[in-house]
Amino acid sequence: MSAFPLPKLSLRFIPVWRRNLRVWRKIMVPSVMGNFGEPVLYLLAFGYGFGRLVGDLGELPYMVFLASGIVCSSAMYTASFEGMYSAYTRMSEQKTWDGMLGAPLNLDDIVLGEIIWAATKALFSAGAILLVAAVLGLISDLRALLALPVILLAGFCFGACAMVVTAVSRSYDFFLYYFTLAVTPMLLLSGVFFPLEQLPPAVVAMAWALPLVHVVEIVRPLMTGAWPSQVPLHLSVILVYGLVGLTVATALLRRRLMR
Amino acid sequence: MDPLDLPSIPAPIAQAQGLVKRYDGRLVVDHIDLTVQPGECFGLLGPNGAGKTTTLRMLLGLTPPDEGTLSVLGEPIPERAREARRRLGIVPQFDTLDPDFTVRENLHTYADYFGLKGRARRERVEDLLRFASLESRRDAPISALSGGMKRRLTLARALINQPELVVLDEPTTGLDPQARHHIWQCLRGLLKTGTALILTTHYMEEAERLCDRLAIIDRGRVVARGSPQSLIHTHIERHVLELNGPAAMDWLTHQAGELQARVRQIGDLALIYTDQAGPLIARLEQAGIRYLHRPANLEDVFMKLTGHELRD
Repeated sequence: MSAFPLPKLSLRFIPVWRRNLRVWRKIMVPSVMGNFGEPVLYLLAFGYGFGRLVGDLGELPYMVFLASGIVCSSAMYTASFEGMYSAYTRMSEQKTWDGMLGAPLNLDDIVLGEIIWAATKALFSAGAILLVAAVLGLISDLRALLALPVILLAGFCFGACAMVVTAVSRSYDFFLYYFTLAVTPMLLLSGVFFPLEQLPPAVVAMAWALPLVHVVEIVRPLMTGAWPSQVPLHLSVILVYGLVGLTVATALLRRRLMR
Repeated sequence: MDPLDLPSIPAPIAQAQGLVKRYDGRLVVDHIDLTVQPGECFGLLGPNGAGKTTTLRMLLGLTPPDEGTLSVLGEPIPERAREARRRLGIVPQFDTLDPDFTVRENLHTYADYFGLKGRARRERVEDLLRFASLESRRDAPISALSGGMKRRLTLARALINQPELVVLDEPTTGLDPQARHHIWQCLRGLLKTGTALILTTHYMEEAERLCDRLAIIDRGRVVARGSPQSLIHTHIERHVLELNGPAAMDWLTHQAGELQARVRQIGDLALIYTDQAGPLIARLEQAGIRYLHRPANLEDVFMKLTGHELRD
């Protein structure tokens, strides 16, 4: 066996995914309220409060600009939380993974199932914001629906990266490093709250190396009635982060758990 | 040899040859060979840290062995561990029941991991709730169950796929006698239906009651193997006299060299092993020393073989 074997992909991840869906359904009411409540607060507070000061950004009212940014950042946060705190709890505290390994499921199925579940939750929360934005009239046309598959892919990407952190984490405290060093900088430097061009060129270059900005670059035009440009490039960056994350997480977790 | 001359021994249900596992250079499993026949109960007996759990994990494909070959249910392990696990059941040492679900949901979800669907799944879950005597607790959360109930549910969960082999790691550790007897009864029921069992334990009583054959392992090696009776026959004298208290110890020191029996002394307690209890009993009676006379059991074998014996 080589040191970094590729993950073995199989449809056996589905029962793992379904298990998490079943738990989510049991606490659906508070979950859905959270999905809707928080973004509404953000949109209203920032949009009205901040938007008054900022005015329009180019042709876009600030609320419209912000709504598309929050859809993307919410996908990132939801998938990251699920891939770290929730997955770590199931792996380490609840021994849910150990139970699964007694069934004909491999660790690779579990890791893939957890990441796709993180992507699914990202879709739920970002989808809820999209709906709120639609109700508030912040969306131009039906092209916004095309943002959904992009969000799912973004959720996969951030879920996979979070799973790498989970694989090396010895406690919950460790996740704070990742949030401080990766998630928060991405949130602030990827054009979620203000246009990227406001930043110094060196910072912009760095932001382009991270996945969130590529999500924003596709989702924002789709929500504001335009066609995004350089779609294959953006999708590739998101996909590569996701696949590398999946591969590294699987290899690290095998080393951690199957020893 | 002509293959037709071979006696018709059924293929073993699990087989390990030259199994070795090292952790950080430390030898945890040291060239273990095991063969388990269909329908039998095979016990792995050993003190804590002897390598029992590691051996089981290797059998299940959860830990790759450093050396040796393994096959379970005809599948090479770890290469085809998934296929083997499809046909076996696992009762881990520590409960891995899903705390996010109720009793029934635990079985239901586990059935899903095995690909059971629809009516077959519903019926299997109902059967197992009955098997585990948990019908009245079907909607209880896992946190509301007693230790015995959790263990029963874990066992029921391991049977979801009607396995040909069930692997149990210390199935009754930490249970009260009632709960332990209930589990034993369930396991005997399984053996009756032809299900093979591999279990680890450090309860001699459990091994003696359930196992057809066992291997005693210590420091990663098999130190003895055979049926409980044959182990007792081969490795230990027939009778045990237990003495305790200062008077008895005093008496014992004065008998030094004349007893013609093996004596094992642990503080205030002495165990005297002998094939001829009569003369010894006569001397004890004469001296007015209180004693307990019992037949030798597996625990005596275990204590002798695992080398924690204090010799005088």
